[in-house]
Amino acid sequence: MGLNKDSTGLHAIDLGLIIKKTHDTDKVIALGGNPNVGKSTVFNELTGLRQHTGNWPGKTVTNAQGYCNYNQNGYVIVDLPGCYSLMAHSVEEEVARDFICFSDADAVIIVCDATCLERSLNLVLQTLEITSSVVVCVNLMDEAKKKKIKINLQALSEKLGVPVVGTAARSSKGLDLLMDAVTQVIENAQQSPFKIQYPDYIENAVSILEPDVKCVCEDTVDSRWLSLMLLHWDQNMHGFIDQNLKSNFIADESIALVLNDVRDNLEHQGITQRQIKDDIVSSIVHTAEELCEDTVLFNHKNYKNKDSKIDNILTGKWTAFPIMILALLGVFWLTITGSNYPSKIISDFLFWIQDQLLTFFRWINAPEVLYEMLVLGIYRVLAWVVSVMLPPMAIFFPLFTLLEDVGFLPRIAFNLDKCFKKCCACGKQALTMCMGFGCNAAGVIGCRIIDSPRERLIAIITNNFVPCNGRFPILIAIISMFFVGAAGGGASILSAVLLTAVIVLGILMTFITSKFLSKTILKGVPSSFTLELPPYRKPQIRKVIIHSVFDRTLFVLGRAVCVAAPAGLIIWLMANIFIGDRTLLLHCSGFLDPFARLLGMDGVILLAFILGFPANEVVIPIMIMAYMAEGSIIDIENLSILKELLVENGWTWITAVSVMLFSLMHWPCSTTCLTIKKETQSLKWTIISVLVPTVMGIVICFVFSSVARLIGGR
Amino acid sequence: MQEIRKLSELEQGKRAMVLNIDSEDNMRRRLQDLGLIKGTEVTCIQKSPLGDPIAFLIRGAVIALRCEDSSCVQIQSREV
Repeated sequence: MGLNKDSTGLHAIDLGLIIKKTHDTDKVIALGGNPNVGKSTVFNELTGLRQHTGNWPGKTVTNAQGYCNYNQNGYVIVDLPGCYSLMAHSVEEEVARDFICFSDADAVIIVCDATCLERSLNLVLQTLEITSSVVVCVNLMDEAKKKKIKINLQALSEKLGVPVVGTAARSSKGLDLLMDAVTQVIENAQQSPFKIQYPDYIENAVSILEPDVKCVCEDTVDSRWLSLMLLHWDQNMHGFIDQNLKSNFIADESIALVLNDVRDNLEHQGITQRQIKDDIVSSIVHTAEELCEDTVLFNHKNYKNKDSKIDNILTGKWTAFPIMILALLGVFWLTITGSNYPSKIISDFLFWIQDQLLTFFRWINAPEVLYEMLVLGIYRVLAWVVSVMLPPMAIFFPLFTLLEDVGFLPRIAFNLDKCFKKCCACGKQALTMCMGFGCNAAGVIGCRIIDSPRERLIAIITNNFVPCNGRFPILIAIISMFFVGAAGGGASILSAVLLTAVIVLGILMTFITSKFLSKTILKGVPSSFTLELPPYRKPQIRKVIIHSVFDRTLFVLGRAVCVAAPAGLIIWLMANIFIGDRTLLLHCSGFLDPFARLLGMDGVILLAFILGFPANEVVIPIMIMAYMAEGSIIDIENLSILKELLVENGWTWITAVSVMLFSLMHWPCSTTCLTIKKETQSLKWTIISVLVPTVMGIVICFVFSSVARLIGGR
Repeated sequence: MQEIRKLSELEQGKRAMVLNIDSEDNMRRRLQDLGLIKGTEVTCIQKSPLGDPIAFLIRGAVIALRCEDSSCVQIQSREV
């Protein structure tokens, strides 16, 4: 269902995982599976929570847990990041593997994609080597049915030796059966799951190793599996085994001795480490292939045809870029047109309430300072945030979520990858940028899908060039006030075009900065990666719209109370506390003014950006408040007077463009900074992430305003 | 006997069989995880608008690879 209030802002910060049981008898269930098979949807359906879901691989980057009550039993369900294998080549895989191996989970559910079962089975087979308490959940049965794929679940279950349950989590089908199977597995722990048959030389080596391994590790881990792991030795396995078994396993002499023996023996036969690894992987892949041959029936050989046709258009040579621009334009146009109307109604209503409040306070003879502070300070900023910022935020969000659900985002990454490669960055950065439209903090977290640390840092630092949900209403407001005349059909299209141009500029800045970073402080060559293009899925339009409009509204209202109200108070106090013959506000804005003028803005605007550090939504409301405290316009009944207020305070088109440029490029908000600190574990990179966009913004605003003034401004 | 080529040279819509993967360890494992091993059948599905990366159908899933990476995979064409 897209990003929501639990996956954006402060909630996005990963605090690690501590299992929270409500009763001692609660069972812990791990939920694993390949990326993008609907794990999070299954999780949400079971727990009633709303984890971020969307149609692209890698959304779930942290462990999430939820509680599920079924037949009077309590279950703690842990949603693991998606992975293809448990051999741990990436952080997500490590997280998933460590949890399955060492967390004492009572059962593991592996979610599979019914439309791509063979690949999902790789993970199932690997999991079965570690634990026998596995339930296989074949999800997306509804899609498989549409694609005329038939799966014999019964036969598969018999072959694997563990329960196999078909589900369609999006429509909540089969989940009861799934929980029944889980209960059954927990109760009768003795299952005899399918084991993979490896080539003889590996089986021999394992049988030599296993007795000694069993001696040392006892019953903590499956000894056959650990022997196999030792055999295809890996540097990162080393630390992991020692760390988790809490004994000096690798250093144990008997093990080292046997292992050396086995290795020498294999080397003697001319078998290299690489061949062992290759043979282990091939055995797994071939086993999955065989299992599927007997249980999966494709009635329709060209079941990918329809997706292929859509791809031909969305990623076609001549159509891809125009369509991406058009999609952006369309989304903005809908947002701008859609938000005009509610915006007006809300502001009329809220300012009517303001008048009533004032009348009320005067009627009860409240002290003037008190009610002016409450109503003209706190309430008014709140009202501005809700009326100007909320409508575009609440409309853009579900639209963006729909694109995410359909599966459009990975195609954007596919189209743009070559540009990222030229900047020595990763194509998946396009996905994290898209997340940034929703919330930069979520975008920064999302950068975990990028494996190379260097490329991940680039993506984190440049994420701020994408205006988040809280910033682009600023752009919309300014565009509609200064560059587009009276409202009308043509006007909103023009607004959307201008907004798109600003966003494209942000994207260009991302490329330029990425390239710059790759050539200076983050030197390196582009690394390899694989990008999966998932099948298109029909979005659940009604559900998305209801959930995310509701969610966004609550989120913005909550933030408005937490951030905008104190900001309103501060600005009111500043405007009413006199130091000498001038207010504190004038002192501050006066102090910032000379510098801000260089950037084409004025002191008040810069002050608003500084006070907007906790949340960018309050920037425009603060500006309005500050101007109103000083100027002659005391009451604004509707938005059309807003421009008058700004013009009266010396705004020209140069100011407007400078403000837009600056809002596109300045320091990240406080939450994003915290997230960056958390994700990079480094103060240095956090400071760089603040400096890079800020310096860019200052330079560009300075150059722009100087040139514009020379050419013909004033 | 068909000639041996690189995966990156496979034409759109054509199928081929993997003969050998020459990538370094990291990429090699990633491809193996996706089920791309010796003998796997791949189909070139779609080239991106700028020509690179290219999307391949590998065991039922569509995976995009950059040319540097797909050129490390040797293939033998198959008639469709």
